[in-house]
Amino acid sequence: MPLKKVVTRTIYYGVIIFYVITIVYPIFLMTVTSLKPTREIFQNPYGFPETLYLNNYVELMVKANFGTYFINSILIVLISLLIIVMFSAPAAFVFARYSSRLNRFFYIYFLAGLVIPIRLGTISLLKMFVSMGLNDHIISLILINIAVGIPLGVFILTDFIKMIPRDLFDAARMDGCSEPGVFMRIVFPLLRPAIAALAIVIFIPIWNDFWFPLILIKSDSMKTIPLATALLFGQYNTNFGLVFAALSMASVPIVIFYLIFSKFFTKGLLQGAIKG
Amino acid sequence: METQPSTPKPKLFIVYFLLPALCIYTIFFFVPIIDSIRLSFYDANGLIVKEFVGWGNFKKLFTVYPFKERLINAFTNNIEFFLIVTFIQNFIGFLIAYLITRRMWGANTVRKISFLPTTLSVIVVGFLFSKLIFNPVFGVLDRILEAVGLEFLIHAWLGDPATALPVLAVVISWQFMGETILFYTAAIDNIPQEIVEAAKIDGANQLQMIRYIVVPYIMPVIMIVTIIIFIGDFTQFDIVYAMATSQGNPVYATDLFGSLFYRAAFTVPARGGWGIGMGAAVSTVMSLVVFIGLAGWMVFFKSKKKVDY
Repeated sequence: MPLKKVVTRTIYYGVIIFYVITIVYPIFLMTVTSLKPTREIFQNPYGFPETLYLNNYVELMVKANFGTYFINSILIVLISLLIIVMFSAPAAFVFARYSSRLNRFFYIYFLAGLVIPIRLGTISLLKMFVSMGLNDHIISLILINIAVGIPLGVFILTDFIKMIPRDLFDAARMDGCSEPGVFMRIVFPLLRPAIAALAIVIFIPIWNDFWFPLILIKSDSMKTIPLATALLFGQYNTNFGLVFAALSMASVPIVIFYLIFSKFFTKGLLQGAIKG
Repeated sequence: METQPSTPKPKLFIVYFLLPALCIYTIFFFVPIIDSIRLSFYDANGLIVKEFVGWGNFKKLFTVYPFKERLINAFTNNIEFFLIVTFIQNFIGFLIAYLITRRMWGANTVRKISFLPTTLSVIVVGFLFSKLIFNPVFGVLDRILEAVGLEFLIHAWLGDPATALPVLAVVISWQFMGETILFYTAAIDNIPQEIVEAAKIDGANQLQMIRYIVVPYIMPVIMIVTIIIFIGDFTQFDIVYAMATSQGNPVYATDLFGSLFYRAAFTVPARGGWGIGMGAAVSTVMSLVVFIGLAGWMVFFKSKKKVDY
């Protein structure tokens, strides 16, 4: 190899490796810190733990009640996702199949939700939930997540349904299938990959949401993982092992989820943003 | 089974196919945003709206101490924050994206890893950096500076008003760079190979390639990324809460629109609460900034279309 090429290659890999270290090391540090007793954290903050110390996690579950928060977060994600798919798929079917002026207007109306941040409506949402008696309940969080997720759902699914060949619809219609029947029997089963992409893209912001739980949730039994983590930090400021176990617990499910589904994920996210 | 001619009155089912999505989205997304703007014209006691005060809240917000000072401070901080984040994410993000779109060993793994921080919660990232990396006692950064002989840079990063805001901006950039890289790699992958080959034959070097082929080609994506950063940064709150508390410590040096809005609308007066009416006024100003950003986006796309045809 000519010298010039060796030099450029070295620089190339040098930059990339440096970049990867800056990305991975903080995450590594968070995880190993959660596996050390607090004393060891102060003595040996940067390296691997001497022994695998799981007490932080035990304490987190028993003393800090993280099991409940974990279940709340999972419930919120699952119910929100289910309803987002249930509501946005039929709407997407209409937008993909019938392009009247009114439908196009509604489609744009939904798309506005892709770029406008919901935080701008927080005050009114709080007022609304208080008057409904739903503040301090995960139902309020689920309703917000659904409202935020529907635009993305409508957008991704409409695009996908448009790609289904027309012949398929016509054949079903010839066999006497009604339009809702076409949707239920032909379109919905075909949507599975699009729904997977949608679910993966929406999972992350719903799981990570901190703003609305902070404002709406007060009672302990309704807390989500990010909210509980933040409050735990205020409470056990010096118990580093415990708080870093909480941080890891808030992150591990999502990191695993991402690593497994990253292929779908990239596709869904690009679809949602570049074309929008 | 009877066979029937197609298109039997499609109207009715369209209504009940659209209605659920339309209702939820309207009630819990669209109406609250409009209604929050309406509330900024009212005086309120706690959550109970009392009377219409016209532009009263805004007059107070723009002219009276301490409202005016806090608003201006949050606005200038937010602009500085946005500029730093935009620069780091676009510049370094582009550099990394350009490098990992070369055909090199391990490029795909780097693509995957680069997005990892973006999947984490901002709260988690904020605590992680404030407690382990920038910790004044055993923060990793200070140890690294020591090891490479740059002791004079060792610093109370989050305690000094001059460095606290840039640190927050760097942390947010660290987290969301993955998103930028994802967009840029996808855009660079889409550049037609013929164009690249033609430039190579003409003897273009790497820098010329970037300057005349890559950057112009992915310009629309650069704009999209910048607008996404703009909207995210002007509603950012979590990072301030995690690294500098909702008070924007030290001495409001890290206060952004999001944290000002949170304090004004949702905390008690002792912690900086201004009541719902004033809080709504802050939120309306924030909405205005976001809408101006969106309008800029749309103007850009309109002009882009004209060029295309």
